[in-house]
Amino acid sequence: METMRKFERVCEIVDRNGRNPSRLIPILQAVQAEYRYLPEEILTFVATSLGIPPARVFGVATFYSLFTLKPKGKYLIRICNGTACHVKGSMGLYKTLSDKLNLGDGRETSDDMLFTLETVNCLGACGLAPAMVINEEVFGQVTSQRAAAIIDEIITREAQYESDSSRIE
Amino acid sequence: MKESLYITIDNNEIPIDNEKNLLEIIRKAKIDLPTFCYHSELSVYGACRLCMVEVDGIGLVSACSTTPASWMKVKTNTEEIRDMRKIIVELLLANHSQTCPTCPKSATCQLQALARRLGITKVRFKSQARDLPIDDSSPSLVRDANKCTLCGDCVRICSEIQSVGAIDFAYRGAQTMVIPSFGKDLNEVECVNCGQCARVCPTGALTPKPEVDQVWKALHNPRKVVVAQIAPAVRVALGEVFGLEPGVTMSGQIVAALRALGFDKVFDTSFTADLTVLEESNEFVKRIENNNNIPQFTSCCPAWVKFVEQYYPEYIRHLSTCRSPQQMFGALAKEILASDLGMEREDIVVVSIMPCTAKKFEAKRPEFTRDGISDVDHVLTTQELGRMIEEAGLHFRELEPESFHLPFGFKTGAGVIFGNSGGVSEAVLRYLTEKLTGQKRENYEFTSVRGEEGIREASLTVNGREFSLAVVSGLGNARKLIEKVKSGEAHYDFVEVMACPGGCVGGAGQPVFANMEAMRKRTKGIYENDRMLQLHKSQDNPYITELYSKVLGEVGGDKAHKLLHTSYHTRKRITDEGMMLSPSSGEHSVEVNVCFGTGCFLKGSQRLLHNILEYIKVRDLGSIVDVSASFCFEKCDKGPVIRVGENIIDGCTVEMAQEAIERETGGFLQSEGRDHG
Repeated sequence: METMRKFERVCEIVDRNGRNPSRLIPILQAVQAEYRYLPEEILTFVATSLGIPPARVFGVATFYSLFTLKPKGKYLIRICNGTACHVKGSMGLYKTLSDKLNLGDGRETSDDMLFTLETVNCLGACGLAPAMVINEEVFGQVTSQRAAAIIDEIITREAQYESDSSRIE
Repeated sequence: MKESLYITIDNNEIPIDNEKNLLEIIRKAKIDLPTFCYHSELSVYGACRLCMVEVDGIGLVSACSTTPASWMKVKTNTEEIRDMRKIIVELLLANHSQTCPTCPKSATCQLQALARRLGITKVRFKSQARDLPIDDSSPSLVRDANKCTLCGDCVRICSEIQSVGAIDFAYRGAQTMVIPSFGKDLNEVECVNCGQCARVCPTGALTPKPEVDQVWKALHNPRKVVVAQIAPAVRVALGEVFGLEPGVTMSGQIVAALRALGFDKVFDTSFTADLTVLEESNEFVKRIENNNNIPQFTSCCPAWVKFVEQYYPEYIRHLSTCRSPQQMFGALAKEILASDLGMEREDIVVVSIMPCTAKKFEAKRPEFTRDGISDVDHVLTTQELGRMIEEAGLHFRELEPESFHLPFGFKTGAGVIFGNSGGVSEAVLRYLTEKLTGQKRENYEFTSVRGEEGIREASLTVNGREFSLAVVSGLGNARKLIEKVKSGEAHYDFVEVMACPGGCVGGAGQPVFANMEAMRKRTKGIYENDRMLQLHKSQDNPYITELYSKVLGEVGGDKAHKLLHTSYHTRKRITDEGMMLSPSSGEHSVEVNVCFGTGCFLKGSQRLLHNILEYIKVRDLGSIVDVSASFCFEKCDKGPVIRVGENIIDGCTVEMAQEAIERETGGFLQSEGRDHG
């Protein structure tokens, strides 16, 4: 039912934008907000309902780095690697989290689909360097220890949530 | 009288006559400014920067995207411009896979030509060539991204002229590529195989898929009888490969060359074009009498047929059921020659020489294969035949002309003009006007259907009934026309469509041509050919008459239908998988699949799906029913369509869906001992 609910949301998004091809970017943004990525079959569907070739939609989706065609974790961790953050050791931070989550070598998302780790070039929060954003929440002057603690906290919360929901069932 | 305006180009005064941009005026002044991304029929892209010129008071501008004004003083050949051009070409070369000697575009490659023209002997930049995989999945085209200069000509012709958009730019910066959607192979997407992308590609990034090796192999096999058929448009273009002007008819030399290459028989596709005229005209008369599936669309062009199959399935029954002349020939050759020569069908090898890349796809359609043997075994483009002649070392221009073999080598002018937009319509008119009035006509030319416009309309009164015709070339134009027919804005009785602008003479298999002038000359050559022949009307072809009396029986009869007609089917634009929306938990399940293709979507598949899911919830069938959405069942004319188990339900209503689910699940529920009250 979850899949169906999402799919109905896509239909809604397309309708709300008047099936207007020039609204492609806002449509893709809304679709990505729903799925956390842009699934291929949904992009084909969007193209069909807007009356434009799928190749055009694929082109737009791959041009902007904010769009992703790969599934992302529930928690998207972005570590700022702008000049200020870099100087303040953002890459050490990245290494810590990458090791902790068993990522690296091109792997950005943990197997349990809980975390995705990325770098961004500047969050515009240089005063808080090194900065890290998890989903919408910004963390400033992050040390490796603090970052690890934040991740642990999320893992504990999620495990709690899992066992709660299994008990209800 | 309006005084004409002048512009100064390299100290010469050049008049401005409605040119859209500086580049056109500069070329009119007989200066061949280099370009990669400029084609007069496409939108201006301004990406390659090779047409940079200096305008006094402004500085450097790209000529293709600058509107001319009379005050402009333009320089095309300064030191700065020359240096810049060299750098641009060197940068392109640094990104380019430099395997020129083995590249199919070698000798006709514009990048190669430019490097030579600009005297580039060394590339000063480090090679950035990438080792990307070559996509040869399509039966018609080969895509080698390592040779792409990102000029975008292919992208624009595919979307602007053909309204298909099978390829587009993807990714960004140094990673930018021109690829089909989701990086799929070309044969998995909506490409119609017209090859216009390859026609405009300046390099070897998109090229027709060669079948030369297979043909040589057949020719060298003593057990095989290899027969050739030559399409009308080939004879006025092959000479270009050997330095002749476009439009010079070389039929005699082509026959001589093919015989020298080892072909046993050389026939003419124009003969089966004559046959098409009779079959297609009679089909048309029947449709008019029964007022059934009008307008009738021509079906000679395989790119157009695929276009209808994937975008306008509701119009499939409007396509003439006639096979294209290529396929009629293949069917006849395998049927008649095999029995005449006392040979097996598989030992007759039919090779077509076509101006077209889509014909390669057509020959491989399953409809044209009988008992595992294709009616047409190999399709060579005009370019490929040129290459074979070169390989054999024949002096093409000096060959003594020879004549086609009988009977399939004898044609009338009507069969020859098929090679040109408007030709099929004219050939049909030549037949219909006599057939319907029962009188012989002196004049045979119908100039009202000739011309260069992409959509032409004509009407003609025969026996008191007015017929309206449309002649279309370019699939974008075809889409415009079909939308008009759909909305009721226009009505036609007969519509001829050729996918390539100008018709087959402008096909992607023809020798590379840079401007529309070459195509005009080929067209002229085709009509001259018609005039030079003794007969101009298909019905006057004595070998056609003989074919009907000896083999086929009646026009449109049973035997003719078996050999000369076919059927079409709706097809997906993209191969994809369905999307599981509500998976069942049990092992034994009933699959319910709702089509969400455009046709069904517009006819309410969304509401239908919603109601089905509600119903499953209410009836508590969730554990044994899988519900998924897929993108096309290829039955778009009958939407909304769903599949329940093995059964496909057209025009499905909620009630019909419920009934089908009830029926399919009944068995499971009983066997599992569940009560579904």
